[in-house]
Amino acid sequence: MSNDNAQTQDIQLFEKQKRIYPRRVKGFFRNIKWIAMLVCLGIYYLVPFIRWDRGLNAPDQAVLIDLNRGRAYWFWIEIWPQEIYFIAGILILAAIGLFFVTSLFGRVWCGYLCFQTVWTDLFIAVERFIQGDRNQRKKLREGPWTTEKLWKMAVTHALWLAIAWCTAGSFVLYFNDAPTLVYSFFTFSVSKTVLMFIGGLTFMTYLMAGFAREQVCTFMCPYARFQSAMFDKDTLIITYDETRGEPRGKHKKGADWSHLGDCIDCTACVQVCPTGIDIRNGLQMECIACGLCADACDDIMEKVELPKGLIRYDTESRMEAIAQGKDPGKLHFIRPRTIYYTAIISIVGSIMLYALLTRAPTDINVLHDRNPLFVKLSSGEIRNGYTVKILNKTHENRTYSLSLDGLNDATVDVVGSGNLDLNALPVEADTIGTYKIFIHAPLSPQKPKDITLTLKDNETGFSQRHETMFITERPH
Amino acid sequence: MSDDHKKEIDELSGVETTGHEWDGLKELNNPLPRWWLWVFFICCIWSFWYFVVYPSWPIPGGATEGTSGYTQYKELAESQIEIQERQEHYLERFEKASFKEILNDEDLYAFATAGGAAAFKDNCATCHGSGAQGSKGYPNLNDDDWLWGGDIEAISQTLHHGIRVHGDYDTRQSQMPAFGKDGLLKRDEINQVVDYVLALSGKEHHEGSIQSMPGHKIFQQQCASCHGAQGDGGREFGAPNLTDAIWLYGGSRQDIFETVYSSRAGMMPAWKNRLDENTIRQLAIYVHELGGGEDSQKKAKVTAPKPEEEKTHAEPHDPEEEDTEIEATAEEETEERSDEEDDL
Repeated sequence: MSNDNAQTQDIQLFEKQKRIYPRRVKGFFRNIKWIAMLVCLGIYYLVPFIRWDRGLNAPDQAVLIDLNRGRAYWFWIEIWPQEIYFIAGILILAAIGLFFVTSLFGRVWCGYLCFQTVWTDLFIAVERFIQGDRNQRKKLREGPWTTEKLWKMAVTHALWLAIAWCTAGSFVLYFNDAPTLVYSFFTFSVSKTVLMFIGGLTFMTYLMAGFAREQVCTFMCPYARFQSAMFDKDTLIITYDETRGEPRGKHKKGADWSHLGDCIDCTACVQVCPTGIDIRNGLQMECIACGLCADACDDIMEKVELPKGLIRYDTESRMEAIAQGKDPGKLHFIRPRTIYYTAIISIVGSIMLYALLTRAPTDINVLHDRNPLFVKLSSGEIRNGYTVKILNKTHENRTYSLSLDGLNDATVDVVGSGNLDLNALPVEADTIGTYKIFIHAPLSPQKPKDITLTLKDNETGFSQRHETMFITERPH
Repeated sequence: MSDDHKKEIDELSGVETTGHEWDGLKELNNPLPRWWLWVFFICCIWSFWYFVVYPSWPIPGGATEGTSGYTQYKELAESQIEIQERQEHYLERFEKASFKEILNDEDLYAFATAGGAAAFKDNCATCHGSGAQGSKGYPNLNDDDWLWGGDIEAISQTLHHGIRVHGDYDTRQSQMPAFGKDGLLKRDEINQVVDYVLALSGKEHHEGSIQSMPGHKIFQQQCASCHGAQGDGGREFGAPNLTDAIWLYGGSRQDIFETVYSSRAGMMPAWKNRLDENTIRQLAIYVHELGGGEDSQKKAKVTAPKPEEEKTHAEPHDPEEEDTEIEATAEEETEERSDEEDDL
């Protein structure tokens, strides 16, 4: 192995996380972030407590995913497991909506709405409240363990855990009746399952917002990586106006600034950045477009009496034009990409709306017996057995009648205990009633015959059909 | 060959090499990841605990028992007790209820049919098929054709004592003569009987009346005592109804000839000493409710209406009425049969 001189250096393949201490900042985007956080957290923590009356035996929580009974409730909307495609539709809408918003305004999700951002922001605010602003925090954390450091860290982490616990608890409230669960907490009668979930989520929230922070955005989240697929030249992104700002340098008071750009190299933009990057290097993967650097820079620009907007939301095409000295022109919000997204959202949205509005209060499923397929009776007639499932999606007990089409001289029997009448099959509210029926008819050997069973709600007259088959011997 | 123990520090990564070299290639000796090592150590410590507490090491004559005394047999026994306790809720009432009461009670009905279905698959499906559809020589329990009776009591009797079980005094017993093998009938006589039976059941059409067939006389002399004068069966003897569409041993000319020639004698085990009483009762109900059970007055028949016609509502049968009717019929039947026997 030859000895290499001079130019080789140790390459670290692993970079330890550098702790970031974002500085406090005031400004337009910071205010938007506070409002977004308030609204999001408000909705998240308070919605489970909203009540919605659905009748006697149904839960009265407005937003609830009842895993035991298999129902999803959203105010007046009720979804059965058979209708899970609504969830798929919502996810599609959410995804396309995300792409749409991103193609217009850049990473607004990342900067303002993402739960990782919101909770990290909250935890940093708590940290700042207890431990002070950037320089104080840095000194405290990098310094030795004093009594002051001990109690400050203890209080910070205690508050973090408390917030994480409430967050985890709130999550579970969407799956159980909220007031009941909260009450059971205070009486120490929570179930092990609930405790496990809350424990797990508390730990995850604490870990992600207290420690992992920007590492999630940089290394874990796939969205950071494919954002470039959603941007185009007309997407608004956080931009440092190089043309205006360079060459940067310290502006001394009273000196001549004509050879310098507007950037005074105060590094305020770096200090407030929650992911710890320098936006003056251009758009980077780590930049979550929270706009805090724009606020910080604007603040400084005001103080040195230069125009604001050195760091601002702008588009690539406009920056190119500015760099070439041309007129940047207006922002193009309406372009093919955004039109496509709007179209897809409209189509998917309308399909879902249509499905929701035409949702039937009753449904029927017919399962043909598989073993045996058919039975020959002593009279020579052929009998087929079916299991009929009647879905009563209303909140009242109903009776239903069942009728048959497509088979001549057929007789339909309902099997079961008690006196069952084919024209008055009872099904309780919000449940599935299962009935076994036999259909027998004289039929010569032939291919399976298509028949239709019609279910009718005796009270409303609403009917639903289901096609099935009547099977007999094959012709020899 | 390699130069051993010539460990070096690789410049680029700062990691020591293993010291070996293969054709100019060297290998970095990176340490195992710290998290991995810790997980490994914790697993080792855990395993020491496991060795002490649970059965683990083989020794002559078995294995170390472990301080907890756990065995899989114990776990099985415990879960069986748990199941028993869970079923108590139903068994309490099920044991005391009559068949009629069970048929009318939704819970007990469901318990009976579910338990019967499970027991059927374990015990009966080997002969009667997984869907009870049977095969040649093993009756289809779904249909309404019964050799020995299709009401619940009769099915229960069949289950308890079986058919032609050696040593069971209450077993269903009868013996069809082997008309050919034992030389009771000549070959052409058997063929005439086969023709007659085929005509009786409507499988083959005969010109003129059935009574004029040569097989008719032979049938009256030899077969009617068990199979009935009209050939519609004799439940006391388990003699099938020869006029219906069900052929247990096959309805082709070949099969019927074979039946008459060599006779048939199906056998079924007696379950009285193999299954507990509750299971047998569940099976009886299950089989009865497969669709062909007799005196099933709980069903209300409604004929499927044609699209143009109005729906007709069937009135559910009055159970009390039904009971007396069937009892009366049963009495009549036994009277008839004993009359026939006297004639012979």
